[in-house]
Amino acid sequence: MSFMWFNLALFFELLASGGFVVYLIKQQKWVFRYSYWILIVGFVCHTIFLGYRYYSLGAAPVLNFKSALSFFSWSIICAYLVFQLKCRLMVLGSFVAPFAAFLMMISSTMPWMQGPVRPMFKSLWLTVHVGTIFIGNGLFALAFLAAIMYLIQEHQIKHKRLGPIYSRLPSLATMDAINYHSIICGFPFLTVGMITGSIYAQCVLGTYWQWDPKEVWSLITWLFYAALLHERIAVGWRGRRAAIMSIVCFCILTFTFVGASLWLGGYHSFSRLGAQAF
Amino acid sequence: MMKIISIGMNHETASVELRECIAKEPDIPVKALASMRDLEYIREGFFLSTCNRVEALVTTENAAEAKKSMITLISGLGNIPRESFSSSLYTFEDADAIRHIFRVASSLDSMVVGEPQILGQIKEAYAQATRLKASGVILNRLMHRAFHVAKRVRTGTGICEAAVSISFAAVELAKKIFHVLDGKNVLLIGAGEMAELAARHLMTQGVSSMAVANRTFDRAVKVAEFLKVRAVSFEEIGAQLLEADIVVTSTASPEYVITYDRVKSSLRKRRSRPLFFIDIAVPRDVQPEVNNLENVYVYDIDDLKGVIELNMAHRQQEAIKAERIVEEEVVKFEKWLKTLAVVPTIVSLRNKAESIIQAELKKSSSAMGELTSAQEEAIRTLTRSIVEKVLNDPILYLKRKADGTSLNTYLDVTIRLFNLDQDNGDTE
Repeated sequence: MSFMWFNLALFFELLASGGFVVYLIKQQKWVFRYSYWILIVGFVCHTIFLGYRYYSLGAAPVLNFKSALSFFSWSIICAYLVFQLKCRLMVLGSFVAPFAAFLMMISSTMPWMQGPVRPMFKSLWLTVHVGTIFIGNGLFALAFLAAIMYLIQEHQIKHKRLGPIYSRLPSLATMDAINYHSIICGFPFLTVGMITGSIYAQCVLGTYWQWDPKEVWSLITWLFYAALLHERIAVGWRGRRAAIMSIVCFCILTFTFVGASLWLGGYHSFSRLGAQAF
Repeated sequence: MMKIISIGMNHETASVELRECIAKEPDIPVKALASMRDLEYIREGFFLSTCNRVEALVTTENAAEAKKSMITLISGLGNIPRESFSSSLYTFEDADAIRHIFRVASSLDSMVVGEPQILGQIKEAYAQATRLKASGVILNRLMHRAFHVAKRVRTGTGICEAAVSISFAAVELAKKIFHVLDGKNVLLIGAGEMAELAARHLMTQGVSSMAVANRTFDRAVKVAEFLKVRAVSFEEIGAQLLEADIVVTSTASPEYVITYDRVKSSLRKRRSRPLFFIDIAVPRDVQPEVNNLENVYVYDIDDLKGVIELNMAHRQQEAIKAERIVEEEVVKFEKWLKTLAVVPTIVSLRNKAESIIQAELKKSSSAMGELTSAQEEAIRTLTRSIVEKVLNDPILYLKRKADGTSLNTYLDVTIRLFNLDQDNGDTE
């Protein structure tokens, strides 16, 4: 049952990505409209899949790398759809949808989790911890994509190459604003996620902080984003410098998400989270 | 068979001197339309005269005679001998004439492809033609289709999108940097004609404040008054740089007015807000290295010209799409035009039926005696609907055959079958 919803979500998200790319090239509004609605259908399927997994596992479906990637992809689309409602920036979809679909594709190649879930994961704290962190990550991913778009467009304007890319990308001010707002919205989510995580750790492991690699890297990520926000608000960073910094921050975040979970060990790593571990 | 003929000259076929002869007086179109109505061979007429073209569109049954009389008319209007301009004239017939007016309306035939004024001028000229009752069924339809085509071209292609003048290009660039120009501050340094033009364009985009600085303060005050903005002295430029978002420079100064160091020192106080220099002066006013500073963009006159050339190329590309739209519409219009050929036959068929109804009603009225008005009405409806139903299929059939090659055969058969030739004489 859940496989079907997963595959449907993957299918519609890939289809929407294709549509968004066609829109980017052809610039026809109806292509965008169809792609947008297909993406929404994919998002709904994805939501049903997550809901169903949550219901059947009794815990947030993030306990192996496959589910975590799919949840990440979901949260990026979620962040995009919310933004789209507010600022109607059509071209953003052409970057977000392929990125989200790419994560889903990686996720689809991985094996499903077997066996039952450890009882300690059936906690509301975990759901809140993971949910807030992933919403934050989705917003940061959006900031990352906006930063890339900013740098491309800035390069075009600075070097006076006003070709087809220039006319398709939005203004510098728009992308800088998206970057800024997604980070300023994402940061509290990350913060809350980390605090609830440590409370949860206190509940089930008996300690708030135990220098687990993922904890350390999360803190590093948090500090980088905090520094970026500080520079933006207090010093007045904007534009190119802020864009580069938010790309750096997102790279660290990606390392925390992938590297720390797969290679650095610790209790956060997927090999220890999965039911196979026992 | 009615023919559509287009005759005229444009910026490509005729010199300015020649076009001037006709375009110089504003009431020329009215005169032209009035005399067209008196011409024997011309059924409907439309006359367009702009600075880039003089154009007449007529319908006629005799193409050769109509052309001759139109040439005489144009030579009379402009007081120019026929020989001196006949080589500059182009004439189109039927499909070519339809295509031509569609292309003109969509601005595909303009000097600057995609310029929007021409459609307004055509609309005006058409309004004049309808006011003087010079246009009829065919031209009315043709002109409305032309407006429709122009709209399709404008919305369906990028032909009108990109700016092709310096000041428009500058405004567009500013929008790509700032998104909206509402609430932005503009500083004009130097007060040339070009700078004024750019300033006007920026003002229509809603910039919140504008200041003019000039080496001679009097001139700055004058221009500022003219544009209804502030004047500042040349020494204040440094302070103004902290506020400004867009700076337009156009002084005659031989050395740089805006230097790298000057801009660099202002950046931190500006909290890295983007700064856009539009340098339309030659020699340049802004040191080129300023462009290397973060969040600062410098476009000089050559850069802007480059943008325009690119946009021109883009328009040319979009024009290909537009030509396809025009072609589609020409085919549609021709199809409609052909249905016109069946109209007289259908009308005489109906007339014949109507006269039969009247005659038969008259004959039977004595036999039916005194009828109430309701009964009379019922009988009239009855006879009419029988006739309508009988004629319905032949009429639909004719309309379907309207754009086929064998139409004339069908019309001929219909006329003989219903013996319409004879009745035509009676009814008309």
